[in-house]
Amino acid sequence: MQLMKGEKEQILSCVDEVLSNSTKEKEELIPILQKVQARLGYLPALAMEKIADGTNVPAADVYGLATFYNQFRLNPPGEHEVKVCLGTACYMVGGDITLESFERRMEIKEGETTSDRRYSLERVACVGCCTMAPVVVVDDEVEGKVTPTRVDGIMLELEGKSNNTDANDSSKVDQDTESKDDSDREEGEQK
Amino acid sequence: MSASSTEETYQSLHEEAKKKVDAKENKTQILVGTATCGVSAGALKIKEDFEREISDKGLDVEVVEVGCIGHCYAEPLAVIAKPGHPAICYGYLDDGLVHRLVEDFLDGDDPSYEYALAALERNDVFPTFEDFPRGVYEQKLILENCGFIDVRDIDSYIARDGYKALSKALGKDSSAVLEEIKAANLRGRGGAGFPAGLKWEACIKGDHDEKYVICNADEGDPGAFMDRSILESDPHLVIEGMILCAYAIGARKGYLYIRAEYPRAVGHVQEAIDQAREKRLLGESIMDTDFSFDLEIFQGSGAFVCGEATALVNSMEGNMGMPESRPPRLASQGFRGKPTVLNNVKTFAYVPYIINRGSDWFKEIGTKDNPGTAVFSLVGKVNNTGLVEVPMGTTLRELVFDVGDGLRENKEFKAVQIGGPSGGCLPESALDVPIDFDSLHEAGAIMGSGGLVVLDENDCMVSVSRYFLEFTQHESCGKCTFCRLGTRHMLDILDGITRGEGDAETLELLKELAEDVRDGSLCNLGKTAPNPVLTTLEYFMDEYKAHLEEGRCPAGVCRDLILYYIEPPKCSKLCNVCVGSCPTEAIFTRDDGLKEIDQEKCVKCDNCLKACPPEYDAIVKLSPPVLPPEKEKTAK
Repeated sequence: MQLMKGEKEQILSCVDEVLSNSTKEKEELIPILQKVQARLGYLPALAMEKIADGTNVPAADVYGLATFYNQFRLNPPGEHEVKVCLGTACYMVGGDITLESFERRMEIKEGETTSDRRYSLERVACVGCCTMAPVVVVDDEVEGKVTPTRVDGIMLELEGKSNNTDANDSSKVDQDTESKDDSDREEGEQK
Repeated sequence: MSASSTEETYQSLHEEAKKKVDAKENKTQILVGTATCGVSAGALKIKEDFEREISDKGLDVEVVEVGCIGHCYAEPLAVIAKPGHPAICYGYLDDGLVHRLVEDFLDGDDPSYEYALAALERNDVFPTFEDFPRGVYEQKLILENCGFIDVRDIDSYIARDGYKALSKALGKDSSAVLEEIKAANLRGRGGAGFPAGLKWEACIKGDHDEKYVICNADEGDPGAFMDRSILESDPHLVIEGMILCAYAIGARKGYLYIRAEYPRAVGHVQEAIDQAREKRLLGESIMDTDFSFDLEIFQGSGAFVCGEATALVNSMEGNMGMPESRPPRLASQGFRGKPTVLNNVKTFAYVPYIINRGSDWFKEIGTKDNPGTAVFSLVGKVNNTGLVEVPMGTTLRELVFDVGDGLRENKEFKAVQIGGPSGGCLPESALDVPIDFDSLHEAGAIMGSGGLVVLDENDCMVSVSRYFLEFTQHESCGKCTFCRLGTRHMLDILDGITRGEGDAETLELLKELAEDVRDGSLCNLGKTAPNPVLTTLEYFMDEYKAHLEEGRCPAGVCRDLILYYIEPPKCSKLCNVCVGSCPTEAIFTRDDGLKEIDQEKCVKCDNCLKACPPEYDAIVKLSPPVLPPEKEKTAK
């Protein structure tokens, strides 16, 4: 996923802030990752490298933790987050079909974010309202008894919301910073 | 420390709390259930609606956030306690109903019984929950306070004799707590049923100054929410249980390992810890004795395997949550290498009750070898889903048909899936099995943490076991080859079966693999992962055979074995709903006006079946996926 304009600075200052408030011991690693994710919404590769540097743990181990636990996400959340529940009760009444319908509409797979960062799609296990199964959480609002036919309706509502904010939405993928980032990192490694 | 002084300290705490709570209870109170289940159903909005309506009318009514009362099927729920009336529980609330209740009941004096679920105390007017079949079988112990106490106010807990057990225990020697728990034969509620007293005793013997108490609230089973509900509804109960355990084993530090996916539980518990510290029930010299103990929350990052004791400890130490071989057990070498007691949320929740009321009282509930109650989250195709607590020894039949009030839409019962991904599927014939650790184990399932999913005729058992195996396969930490690769291979085979691929040997191989995974894995995740497959193979062999031999999915679930078909005689010709609902434009109108599905384009999304108006009901699923011959004729 490409970084947006100004994102690199944001990541670095966030990691610095979290690290300065911790003892940097290994036991603190998971809480550090949790705090960084809480601030940034996800764990960019850059942040994991910085955390590894700061705590003196190999970057591979930090990456290992981030991929071992389900809580951590490596993709940025979209402007609109859709979470489809596939807990037992929801699965039994066709939650997987609903998930597939979303994948088709957004043209991404679960766990991914659209390249314009407008939508992200996730599967979660049990939101806690099994009586309303199948359940979909759209931008933190729980919607129960979602049939596949409802998917188009949800997407239309979200598109409506996005269009309203489009006018003052100037965030565009910052190609220059991204490529510079890479070369920066390579240089750093060579040194 | 003498017994009298801790009890005196407690008396003053209790009186103060009681005064505060009584003052509240003399006014009208609305208790809104705002555990996660309620919030998902819109309880926070209902609470706002109540508050707005009340302030509009200028009434003197307090709206309180409480936990889960257990009747999740009727969320959002609220209890209205108005002096002069019995407390009444209302379900299925919406803004209209809130308006009506405020106007008629709070402002006026008509309790609107037509919208009431049940009363909460005996009266001459309206039945209580105990008068329903569910109430006859249910016996609330650790759920007693859930839904009735203000979760954000410690006084609400103390007024209901909260922390009394602690004051009682602190007045005596610490060995008295251990003796009581051992005498009660309290078995760990995490699933395996290991006696808690023995675990604690082993930890006491552990030769070390530093010891830890950890509460396992890493509830990862998809479809189980008991631990979360208890932490959200009655956090002090668990905290008190942990303090008692710490006193018994001599620990000074404890942790609650709570899943980060449970933000409400984390928030409520943190608040509860802070309040307990303020009242000096936690921290340095508790209740002015020389016993000190403090608690901290560790947020688990969501890995099913971390429910396993050694994996949990590993993850607390900042590592990947991989289990290790035991012994050494945690009781001798646990967190940071020190003796550690790790128990489930529910196990700790029983402790204050046992200390308060005695082991003899506890042993009278349930069966001889399995005293106490069992807590289940009852979900799936039953009418009354929710959080239930029944004495051990209740049969599955009573749980499904009386407590759960039977199946929805009068469908035919097929199976119960008990114990989550580590449990098994039990058919009708096994319904008379009493619920306890040993009987369920014999039947091939496990008690597990307490998820209970009811399945009906529309559920495909192959698909169900595939679902659970997919879960455990994904959650396997990768340490043991059998678990890592064996479950992968089993999943591939099951995937094949859902497509109708394979023969009799496939099933043999599947069974053999399942047994190998069970025998060749280190921890219980791997040992129990094949359970759903093994039990379905044992009890539902005919369904596997239907998939393989006839290419047919009896329940019409496996999508490679079904096709959608519009029955010409039923199709209305004038309606276009199915055409509009199809995401891939597979449905078209024929020259004769009937609709037809282009099978090449169809992605089997189920949209048209749901969209077709019930008066026509023209779309059916066919399995095996063969079009009827007359259709082919007309198509030509």
